Amino acid sequence: MSAAQPEVPPLLEVNNIEVVYSDVILVLRGLSLKVPKGEIVALLGANGAGKSTTLKAISGLLKTEDGEVTRGDVTFAGERINGIDPHLIVRRGIFQVMEGRRIVSDMTALENLRLGAFTRRDREVGDDIERVYGYFPRLKERTGLAGYLSGGEQQMLAIGRALMARPKLILMDEPSMGLSPLLVQEVFGIIRKINQDLGVTILLVEQNARMALSVASYGYVMEQGKVVLDGTAAELADNEDVKEFYLGGHGAERKSFRNLKSFKRRKRWL
Amino acid sequence: MDFTLFFPLLLNGLIVGALYGVVAMSFVLIYKASQVVNFAQGEFLLVGAWVCWWLLTTYPIPFWAGFLVTMCFMTLFGIILQVVVLRPLIGEPVISVIMATVGMSIFFQALMKWMFGVFAKPFPPIFATERVQVLGLQVQPVYLLSLVVSLFIMLGFWWFFTYSKHGLAMRATAFDQQVAQSLGVSVPRVFAMSWAISAVVSSVAGVVVGVVNGVSSALSFYGIKVFPAVILGGLDSIIGAVLGGLIVGVLENLAQWVDSEFLNWGNMTQIAPFYALVLILLIKPYGLFGTKNIERV
Repeated sequence: MSAAQPEVPPLLEVNNIEVVYSDVILVLRGLSLKVPKGEIVALLGANGAGKSTTLKAISGLLKTEDGEVTRGDVTFAGERINGIDPHLIVRRGIFQVMEGRRIVSDMTALENLRLGAFTRRDREVGDDIERVYGYFPRLKERTGLAGYLSGGEQQMLAIGRALMARPKLILMDEPSMGLSPLLVQEVFGIIRKINQDLGVTILLVEQNARMALSVASYGYVMEQGKVVLDGTAAELADNEDVKEFYLGGHGAERKSFRNLKSFKRRKRWL
Repeated sequence: MDFTLFFPLLLNGLIVGALYGVVAMSFVLIYKASQVVNFAQGEFLLVGAWVCWWLLTTYPIPFWAGFLVTMCFMTLFGIILQVVVLRPLIGEPVISVIMATVGMSIFFQALMKWMFGVFAKPFPPIFATERVQVLGLQVQPVYLLSLVVSLFIMLGFWWFFTYSKHGLAMRATAFDQQVAQSLGVSVPRVFAMSWAISAVVSSVAGVVVGVVNGVSSALSFYGIKVFPAVILGGLDSIIGAVLGGLIVGVLENLAQWVDSEFLNWGNMTQIAPFYALVLILLIKPYGLFGTKNIERV
């Protein structure tokens, strides 16, 4: 795995960052991770572990929520980017697809796509819209307001809008949220496809660990604001703890109610 | 019943209403983009008209040149107001922001009176004054021109918000600032841009009214007439603002006709739009075109 190769510097490197909200709430405590160019890296963890905060620390959107990176740095393509305004980070090639899609519901799908290309100055926006329609043919048929699209279509629109910016790195926050299993399959198929076709690097935050590990090459497991486990997707999928806590497998035998206590104890890796 | 006055008043209502619509649109633009209720909207007309008047009476330049310079000045004026007065107030309570705009309104009214005096001053003659016949009515060409200018501005707004990327960015900012930032939009720049556009567009209306009626502090009444117009139309709807403006304009003039024919109370012109405002708020509290949130179930 190229994550282990020291001679190629990773596209994104998060080094020991600490994030504080409203000057008092410490959310990330020394988180580090690397995202190699051209790969899909999954970031897993329970609710409240700090996954979304990590993405916002990278994209700079933390600023809009009164959060701040107080220690450590975020390096993108060799340059330190923490503290930069979010709209400038987008211009550097990092695009975040926020949790819950967040498409502009009182615009049409087409207008949302054109909005995605806001930072671009070239004249190929029209071609890119056609390319997005190639990935998501059903968006082309939708001419009404984007707010009336189905959840799956909105997710596709959110991903399509990200592609319109031609980013080097897409940060995806829970693309499977609120989608039916069939749609989750479809969306992840497309995520894999755009990674292969366009070479876009993707950092993927997911609750659906099985799905995430199936498309990712490398994964990190977060707990309480730091990384507690990392490895290639195959290693993580084989790990007994990951299996038990995130993949929903039962391990050797079904846990009885009495053993739930040991669940808490065992979940602490550090 | 005497209808000789009815149709001229109706036409007058449409012409004035279109101007109200233009001012209301620029008011809504600021409200939508930066959530500021701008009580100094009328002063944009006033400042713009005085600047244009001053340029034309001081320098021997043609009208269009003075007009262009005024537009450039108002762009800067809007940006500077936003950056100097409004930007430091971001995150402060709504009432503080409103008070700041009320303060700006008083300040610029006083400043204009101090600089240019309290009496109305006519623009140098620009257009032919022979009346033309429209649908059997005698109309001054300036009035027709003002109608054309209003429609032109409305078309411009429509184009800007539907096709230009900065218009889309402005709509996105109005929808959700965090989303706009995640798309690479600089929110402070959108705020400044909305003030600049609003100031320019209002001042166009100011110059048009100035050319027709002369420049005086009465121009800032347009800023007050904007309130019934935008509340009629819904505070955050641009189309609503245009229609609200037209309704207010027509209503004023119809009220004047009704008043002169039947009631003879006097002053119905001023009050009628506000009666309509109260009625509409009773029936449709969000105005005719106020936000309907899309909710998927």
